[in-house]
Amino acid sequence: MIAVSLSRGHVELLQFLRDRTAVIFTFFFPALLLLLFGTIFGSTSTEAGVSVSRVFTASMIAYGILNTAFVTMGSGLAMDREDGTLKRLRGTPMPAAAYLVGKGLLVLALSIAEAAVLIGVGVLVFDMPLPGDAQHWLTFAWIFLLSVIGCSMLGIAVSGLVKNARNAGAILNVPVVALQFVSGVFIHPMSQLPDWLEKVASIFPVRWMAQGFRYVFLPDEAKVQEIGGSWALGTVAMVLGAWCVIGSVLCLVTFRWTARDK
Amino acid sequence: MTVARSSLSTSEDGTIRGMEAIEVTGLRKTYGGRDAVAGIDLVVARGEIFSLLGPNGAGKTTTVEILEGHRRRTAGDVRVLGEDPGRAGSAWRARIGIVLQDAADAADLTVSEMVGHVAGFYPDPHKAGEVIERVGLSEKRNSKIRTLSGGQRRRVDVALGIIGRPELLFLDEPTTGFDPEARRQFWDLIRTLAADGTTIVLTTHYLDEAEALADRLAVVAAGRIVAEGTPATLGGRSGAEARVSWVENGTARTEQVTDPTDLIRRLVHDGADLSTLTITRPTLEDTYLSLIGASR
Repeated sequence: MIAVSLSRGHVELLQFLRDRTAVIFTFFFPALLLLLFGTIFGSTSTEAGVSVSRVFTASMIAYGILNTAFVTMGSGLAMDREDGTLKRLRGTPMPAAAYLVGKGLLVLALSIAEAAVLIGVGVLVFDMPLPGDAQHWLTFAWIFLLSVIGCSMLGIAVSGLVKNARNAGAILNVPVVALQFVSGVFIHPMSQLPDWLEKVASIFPVRWMAQGFRYVFLPDEAKVQEIGGSWALGTVAMVLGAWCVIGSVLCLVTFRWTARDK
Repeated sequence: MTVARSSLSTSEDGTIRGMEAIEVTGLRKTYGGRDAVAGIDLVVARGEIFSLLGPNGAGKTTTVEILEGHRRRTAGDVRVLGEDPGRAGSAWRARIGIVLQDAADAADLTVSEMVGHVAGFYPDPHKAGEVIERVGLSEKRNSKIRTLSGGQRRRVDVALGIIGRPELLFLDEPTTGFDPEARRQFWDLIRTLAADGTTIVLTTHYLDEAEALADRLAVVAAGRIVAEGTPATLGGRSGAEARVSWVENGTARTEQVTDPTDLIRRLVHDGADLSTLTITRPTLEDTYLSLIGASR
């Protein structure tokens, strides 16, 4: 089971890396957005005296994970369903879990690389200092893991709604882009939003992912910019954990090996 | 369990159930109120090459996909290698091989990578290199599957179907897109597999293929089996009249007879010119077309 899962992870990664469009779109696009946002607004500082480019860098890690976990998982699964990958595997003794673990390994590797690229841009281009203590990195680790797991599970669940794999990227990007506008990634601080929109956005994981990453990479004073004036890490853990559970349940309910019976 | 017991109790011919590779009774599959499979009974013996013929939409693929465990059935009793494919687990899947009809997966992997990868799923697989050799893709082993021709791509599917040493191999229209030479090579491969004792279920559009390979075949039309037999006897073929044609004194003559021996003896005796003599019986294609025509 472990060997088969690793073998799945290996071929998933091989196939991903050989698809140049996917590689460029997955890694280059978030980095490009960060460069643009950071450069356009970078000269200004927030009320807390932190440069806006640093705020963008921290928040954009949430976007990066949405891209590598939610979009990659969702469109990858829709594609595998359409091109016969799942049907092929279903006809072999390979356990279903090995397929999902393989996809999970791909998503984990991509998410780590994505975070590294974005943090790299922040450090090299926007002089973002890295946290010096273990406690911030530990927080980073659990927020990162909960984000990757939750987004992957939701990606799997949503892939069942995609009828045509070619449209998967477009469909999956609708919630991704919309949530970033209302979750404090593109528009920060969130207090600029109408009250009701702020409440709606807070239901979804993106707000809490971005907030958590800002805690990790911004000085503690910057918390005055957050809703309620604190990092609310407990709530971050609770909401992200809840989405991991919801996503897993949705997966179990909606996962299909093949396209719907015609 | 009750399903298994009812299957056992229906055995009245004295044979031990489970000796057959496939046993199907009263199989039905309904999509939105329409019967795609409308009551099929089928037995495939171990070691047999069994071919399922029929026009598109006749229910061949649906039937085969139910046997493979890819689809659920609406009704009926199905045993494949002694198990219900709807519930069978990975040990059962290790004993069957499936050659997919229209897969486009693993396009960015090489032939070797993909065959080696799938080999890892099975308890006792063939060596990847040997199987690649066997399907005639040794020269393409390091090519990405994306770059292969349609026929080569199908041969990868065949390699993936046989890598796990299946007892039972499903082939769904396997030679679509093959050139004539590749088809002959493929037929030889199927014959070697059968000679090793592999049971083979083949669906095909090509009647010459069914005739060349199958020990037994069944014609499916509108979700039912309309005829079953060996390639020589299907649909009463062997009993059909032969059509004898020749030219006599510049006029074309034709006679339909059950046994042409007497007629030819008479012609020889009369000193007729036999250089133009032809004797034809209905081809499998004639029989097939009249069978599926009659069911409409």
